[in-house]
Amino acid sequence: MSRNRELISKIGLRLDGRRPDELRRIRCKMGVFSQPDGSAYIEQGLTKVLAAVYGPHQVRSRQKAQHDACIINTQFSMAVFSTNERKKRPRGDRKSTEMSMHLQQALLSVIETDLYPWSQIDVYVEVLHADGGIYPACVNAATLAVIDAGIPIKEYVCACTASLGNNEVPMLDVSHQEEILGGPTLTVAALPMSGKIVLMEMSQRFHLDHLPKVLNKALEGCKDVKAILDEAVKNHVSEIGSATGWANTTS
Amino acid sequence: MSLSQAEKTFILHGVAENFRVDGRDREGYRPMELETDIVQHAFGSARLRLANTDVLVAVKIEVDTPLPEKPFEGKIEFFVDCSANATPDFEGRGGESLAVELANILSSAYESPLTFDLRKLCILKGKKCWKLYVDVLILECGGNLFDAVSLAVKAALHITQVPKIKAVNIDGDNVEIEVSDNIIDCDRLNVENLPVLVTVCKIGNHCIVDPSLTEEQCAVGSVVVAVSKECFSTITSIGTGSLHEETLFECLDLGHKVAIKLNQTLMAILVQIQPNQDVGFLK
Repeated sequence: MSRNRELISKIGLRLDGRRPDELRRIRCKMGVFSQPDGSAYIEQGLTKVLAAVYGPHQVRSRQKAQHDACIINTQFSMAVFSTNERKKRPRGDRKSTEMSMHLQQALLSVIETDLYPWSQIDVYVEVLHADGGIYPACVNAATLAVIDAGIPIKEYVCACTASLGNNEVPMLDVSHQEEILGGPTLTVAALPMSGKIVLMEMSQRFHLDHLPKVLNKALEGCKDVKAILDEAVKNHVSEIGSATGWANTTS
Repeated sequence: MSLSQAEKTFILHGVAENFRVDGRDREGYRPMELETDIVQHAFGSARLRLANTDVLVAVKIEVDTPLPEKPFEGKIEFFVDCSANATPDFEGRGGESLAVELANILSSAYESPLTFDLRKLCILKGKKCWKLYVDVLILECGGNLFDAVSLAVKAALHITQVPKIKAVNIDGDNVEIEVSDNIIDCDRLNVENLPVLVTVCKIGNHCIVDPSLTEEQCAVGSVVVAVSKECFSTITSIGTGSLHEETLFECLDLGHKVAIKLNQTLMAILVQIQPNQDVGFLK
């Protein structure tokens, strides 16, 4: 616990100079590639993720097909050079499988699956650089890619991490450095508009009394992320729209 | 994506008239974009986009023990990963056969000491050497993967910074290496002779270079040549189909000619290129 104390300095700044409620810089772009139906790239601090969406298309294995909804197939993989130590395999380990499952869970909650019976949507995410908060970056990138593919969703699904510094102050968007130094990490994927939580995962231990404020902080983070993504989508659409001449290009 | 008979005939006629579907002649390449140093964790990296083909190459360096039969040489290992982002066919282990094929062609092209001198990577004879991990990530497939990968690998190796050794302490069998504290103080690799791969496809009665995804489907046979400076370092025929001996030599001639031109262009660009441009995928 003594190590946790160092996460926030006396003047209230974190190791990388952020305030406890500050996100890292998020930069994103939609439509990075031309072959997938939808693609997106997101940078959250140094964490960099590419996402591609294919579909809806015919189901590849007949047994899995559903008569009243589409199936969502996700694959998470990490480039071998994405971490400090070179990874042996880009995918297929337990962590990747778990990530794929959680990503599928988040996307299933927002995609209007019943519009596409007997079909399948593939969502692939590729981590190019891992620097903490991989899962949130993947969810955010996947959301953008799904929007780019033109697949109807109920609302944005955004994810964010939060932690507890100095045993009392909730902190937003944990970096890799802070993850290593210890302290609990709460990962939340939420629907920021309706305030519903899709996925919540916590590592390490802390007192239940702290949970509401950390969770609140994470939800606030999701709302902030949503605002950023929303702006990126609007910019992208007006850019595309201005090329075809139907969008209002005053902004 | 599969082509109909009419589409194939159209491509075939275009090649015969030296005016391909996208307006190129038979020896023309599609536009390329090259960026270097875009992966922070790596010692050197490059991203090459050749029309729709997108590859990202990163080089990592580790300390290793040389092979007993080659005590003076370092090691280089190629690893190719076909990301499912490129096509859903690569999902799971789907891209593995292509990945292995690419990695094998690369390692055979780099095998000769005249193309890449592994002795430069030796730290202490028989005890310590550098091992270069060249990791290729295929992000989008738009035809002509081999050429794109080889150019990106060459660019990444050009930019790679091998740490300088300050001291080697030997204590019995124990060897300890002290690396220079100054991060900027690094060795560059000599990339002048590194091979460039060129895929030559035979469509109809003519040979073309840089086939697009659709043109690859019309090819009766393809040959990949690796040309280092003026010499061939590897020749492999890929895919299905067969070539007559005469046509094969015709292909090799064309490949040789184009590879030399391509190499000159790449070397000229590598000298000019400014690393650390904050571009990446956001452009």
